[in-house]
Amino acid sequence: MSAPELRVVRPGLFATIQDLGRVGYQELGMPVAGALDPIALRLANALVGNPAGTAGVEIALLGPALKVEAESVRVAVVGPMALRLEREGEPPAALEPYRTHTLARGDVLALGAVTGASVAYLAVAGGFALEPFLGSLSTYVRAGIGPLGGKPLGDGARIPLGRNAAPAGADVGLPEPPEYGGGPVRVVLGPQDDRFTAAAVETFLSATYRVGKDADRMGLRLEGPTLAHRGTADIPSDGLVTGSIQVPGNGQPILLLNDHQTAGGYAKIATVISADLPRVGRLRPGDPLSFRAVSVEEAEAIRRRQEQAIAGWIRAIRTVRPAGGVDLDALYSENLVSGVVDMRNADDS
Amino acid sequence: MTVRFTTAGDTAFNVEFGEGIDRPTNARVMALHARLKRAAVPGLVETVPTFRSLQVVYDPAATCRREVQAAVEAQIIPDDEAAAEGALWRLPVCYDPELGPDLLEVSAALGLTPERLAALHGAAEYFVYMLGFMPGFGYMGDLPAELERPRRTEPRVRVPAGSVAMAGRLTTVYPWESPGGWHLIGHCPVPLYDGTRPSPVLLAAGDRVRFEAVDRARHDALAAEVAAGRFDPETLRASA
Repeated sequence: MSAPELRVVRPGLFATIQDLGRVGYQELGMPVAGALDPIALRLANALVGNPAGTAGVEIALLGPALKVEAESVRVAVVGPMALRLEREGEPPAALEPYRTHTLARGDVLALGAVTGASVAYLAVAGGFALEPFLGSLSTYVRAGIGPLGGKPLGDGARIPLGRNAAPAGADVGLPEPPEYGGGPVRVVLGPQDDRFTAAAVETFLSATYRVGKDADRMGLRLEGPTLAHRGTADIPSDGLVTGSIQVPGNGQPILLLNDHQTAGGYAKIATVISADLPRVGRLRPGDPLSFRAVSVEEAEAIRRRQEQAIAGWIRAIRTVRPAGGVDLDALYSENLVSGVVDMRNADDS
Repeated sequence: MTVRFTTAGDTAFNVEFGEGIDRPTNARVMALHARLKRAAVPGLVETVPTFRSLQVVYDPAATCRREVQAAVEAQIIPDDEAAAEGALWRLPVCYDPELGPDLLEVSAALGLTPERLAALHGAAEYFVYMLGFMPGFGYMGDLPAELERPRRTEPRVRVPAGSVAMAGRLTTVYPWESPGGWHLIGHCPVPLYDGTRPSPVLLAAGDRVRFEAVDRARHDALAAEVAAGRFDPETLRASA
């Protein structure tokens, strides 16, 4: 019998394997990469009983269809996306996200359009049987680093599974989707806010920006009022973090995300706090955002509260109806979803 | 001694030792980097040395800024420049206009012959101030003052991997095909990044580099050895 795997039978648009990042190698110039929305990945892993840092599939825009080539497999999807089960001899059935599903050999899990956020996540019980590179399974596409050639999952790709069968026990779900909070994105000013005019800092903290078309895993170009430097925009290159907001000479801010380079030579006006990184990682072109400054101490307190909330969501995971039972929610969502979502249409407006 | 702490959100801060790109400032960055590697500060994720500052990355779910900064401050020793001497590498480079498409233009702009430019570039020993831009991309200096040129006004969309380049008072070897704005003056046939090696990045911050001119035939022979998997880059490490 062949090794257990998921096989891509229809490619998505941009699905990559990600964990919580290739941490600890920035001194080599190695970007951290990792999940844009670590909360969703952590919850997906919690649903299938994996350690929090287990790699899953990050799905952007439109997901791939995955065929189960194992005795069975338990998966969880976390994020606002459509999915359905294609099982031999049965009509396609819509499945709900935010819960696990136990799939049988030959089943095809068709991951559809991601709507309402840039990304959603698939986790698999037992994880993937892939060799980590520098301690991580995160994919950094720009340099082809990571599992399966460091590329997005293509047609025919085979993802080896850590288990040949789903673990015992019933399927489980989150009572409700995680809450990311609204309002302005919170930042700590600096490290080079002193390189901007007072008016620029005030503008930055009061204006509404919009995510531009140039938005990818490396960063978001923001459209809005330009920010004037005191003197030049250039500094001797220094370290960057996910959430750094750098402003090149044209005055248009760029919010750096997980695939950011490790160092850069533009002055940085502010840094998004860690608790709001999942939120900004979920932004899509055209989304509006504004900023509010907090202190480091406030940021740390907000992060501690967020960790408590995540622990609470994980504790609230509960058994859901077994497969085969009448699932009214699924019936309703199937009717709704098939009416409005064309699974092959990438335009998720 | 003035040391400045700047803030990068609730996951990192920078320890700045100066404003410019110079060896004494960078030596203090590297000294603190080395000390913190040994210190095992709880919640400290990593430190990232750059020209004049050390970025200290920590996990705000495990510790806080106040505690990490106190631990870092305890490791700052006045006038500490005694970082361990890095490795010395001898990197082959072929200064050929076909492999370094800016060689003729930039030497003309500097009022030098291409041969003189190559001789000056190859005569100096360079210090790896930091890595960044792409995995394994080393910012090396200092270029002789006669070779100082600002970056190209039109950056290239595609610079071939292995290109030897210079800009300002710095020089580098591109480890990847990438966009780039530096002047390309030659090519190094040995990859500075190789994902199949246990430690894929050849150079480390704090290392030193000498370029050794090779002719086109030697360059191509080395490239063939690399392609066949027969070249051991450790042979480029000069005994200290």
